[in-house]
Amino acid sequence: MAALFDLKNVAKSFVKGKEKITIFEDLNMEIEEGDFVAIMGPSGSGKTTLLNMLGGVDQPTGGEVWFDGARIDKLSEGQLAKWRANNVGFIFQFYNLMPMLNAARNVELPLLLTRLGSKQRTKNVMTALKLVELEDRAKHMPNEMSGGQQQRVAIARAIVSDPKLLLCDEPTGDLDRATADEILKTLQLLNTEFNKTIVMVTHDPAAAKYAKRTLHLDKGEFVEAEQAA
Amino acid sequence: MLRLLSQIWTVIVMNVRSLPQRLWMSLAATFAVTVVVAVLLSFLAMSNGFSKTLSGTGSEDVAIVTRSGSQSELNSVIGRDSVNILSTASGIAKTADGQPFYSAELYVVVDGKKRSSGTEVNIPMRGISSLGFDLRGGIEIVEGRMFADGTNEIIVGRGILDQFSGFELGSEVAFGKTRWTVVGVFSTGGSAFESELWADARMVQDLFNRGNSFQTMRIKLSEAGNIRGLEEMIENDPRLILDVDTEAGYFAAQGEALEGIVWFGWGIGIVMGLGALAGALNTMYTSVASRASEIATLRAIGFSNVSAFFGTLVESVVLSLIGGVIGALVSYIFMDGLTTATIGASFTQVVFTFELSADLLQNGILLALVIGLVGGFFPALKAARLPVIVAFRGSA
Ligand SMILES: Nc1ncnc2c1ncn2[C@@H]1O[C@H](COP(=O)(O)OP(=O)(O)OP(=O)(O)O)[C@@H](O)[C@H]1O
Ligand SMILES: [Mg+2]
Repeated sequence: MAALFDLKNVAKSFVKGKEKITIFEDLNMEIEEGDFVAIMGPSGSGKTTLLNMLGGVDQPTGGEVWFDGARIDKLSEGQLAKWRANNVGFIFQFYNLMPMLNAARNVELPLLLTRLGSKQRTKNVMTALKLVELEDRAKHMPNEMSGGQQQRVAIARAIVSDPKLLLCDEPTGDLDRATADEILKTLQLLNTEFNKTIVMVTHDPAAAKYAKRTLHLDKGEFVEAEQAA
Repeated sequence: MLRLLSQIWTVIVMNVRSLPQRLWMSLAATFAVTVVVAVLLSFLAMSNGFSKTLSGTGSEDVAIVTRSGSQSELNSVIGRDSVNILSTASGIAKTADGQPFYSAELYVVVDGKKRSSGTEVNIPMRGISSLGFDLRGGIEIVEGRMFADGTNEIIVGRGILDQFSGFELGSEVAFGKTRWTVVGVFSTGGSAFESELWADARMVQDLFNRGNSFQTMRIKLSEAGNIRGLEEMIENDPRLILDVDTEAGYFAAQGEALEGIVWFGWGIGIVMGLGALAGALNTMYTSVASRASEIATLRAIGFSNVSAFFGTLVESVVLSLIGGVIGALVSYIFMDGLTTATIGASFTQVVFTFELSADLLQNGILLALVIGLVGGFFPALKAARLPVIVAFRGSA
């Protein structure tokens, strides 16, 4: 079976004024469906850039990105938005909840892009909130919740439309150890019980232990763990 | 399509709910639009009321004769002999007893005190005869009675009573060395004549030392608008150094000065509108900047950039429209029906009423809408073009 993700000779560079900053020259990787990959590496090594390309919010300057047997690196912005809505749930370091919407409304956002009616949406929202053990906080506003609770709302939002793929950029970067462990256990549960494919960028070796495997990124290339700083 | 609408709706709801965070800036932008609309509507209401007054004044079947070259009734002089000659011209209607139907009138200015400010202003006083009444038509004594010929009695237009003090029924007024008694109030249905005092022409001649001369002659035409007979006579008789026009044409020419006010009003409205537009743009750019992370996050989730665009545009239009509606309300409450006097072309006070029509209010709202649309458009474009990777930058 082909991998869920297949990156072939991916290159990425930014042009800043007259300078060209090359992040990746020739990056290759495969991610199987059901995998839980942690990506580590020093600051500036391109972790977020890689995640953005996987999530279809940034495009490579060279090479190919295949997802589920189709190329996504050449899709238009509108097609990518649709692709993201159907396939990806994002979990951000700073949760990125809408401050003006309560927990349930935040979780509902991805469902507004589906054909579901409002009753079915509410049902799905409650299922997702239950999974992160926040069903009693549905009506709470983000600023009435702790960081860990907000991140769980964000996880509920990421899974509510049942995407295959979860992309997390430092999901525990802003949380204390105990809260971080809860979040990571939830991610692990989503991986093992619900077969979500998860790619997680982290600085924290303890967080990476929750993943099935860890990739080390340095100077735009994957390196062996021992070589990593 | 339905899904797109629900996306847009969600974004709008979020924007509107987050307005309190940008309260002062949003209020300032709204207030700017309020002021612009109120100012514009004031000018439009003023010129609307003024031109209605003037257009209600002139009649097509009355000719007005002034001395050649005089710009207004006030500085025109016509001798008795000229009046007599011209009254034999063709095209003049006849009275019931077969006499030429005309009214030779005097037109002088006297001092009056404005009720509102107490300032002294010029009020026109017309010396007139009963034929002058018949010739105008639609004149009604609404209080008291008509002046008696050969007495120091005056009747005052209703507009005068509203705007100037000292002209109440029964009061005595002194103009120079002359004294007059107010015996009646007349209405002409809102025309400029309502801003005048009327008295017997011969008494005005006597008391203002005008001998046997007049200032204007109003002639009832046997055929509306046809002043050919009068024109020909003036052309062919070297003793007649006169101008003739229909009364409607005469007042329309005076009212042309008003077109200036309309353009001035729009000019000021547009210049101030540009200021309000700058405010709206600034407000909306700030709004987009403060929501950048939200917008990008929604886009990462899969919301279309169309929803980001319309969310911003609608926020701007809503703010502007609120301002516009308040501006229209303010001008409606404070301006509509406000009666005031302004200087007419002959440097006398013409009393008129600010009049806001549905049309004019619509103009005001339209201006607010334009400010909202333009002020929201460019920030909305910026919102739509925001790169999605912004969502991944640390925002907290
Ligand atoms: N939009 C951009 N324009 C120009 N340069 C960029 C842009 N985005 C990222 N870069 C550069 O690319 C490099 C990699 O950035 P990236 O954010 O992927 O690093 P990272 O591994 O996520 O770092 P960190 O651990 O600090 O989050 C950095 O040098 C960064 O300055
Ligand atoms: Mg990063």
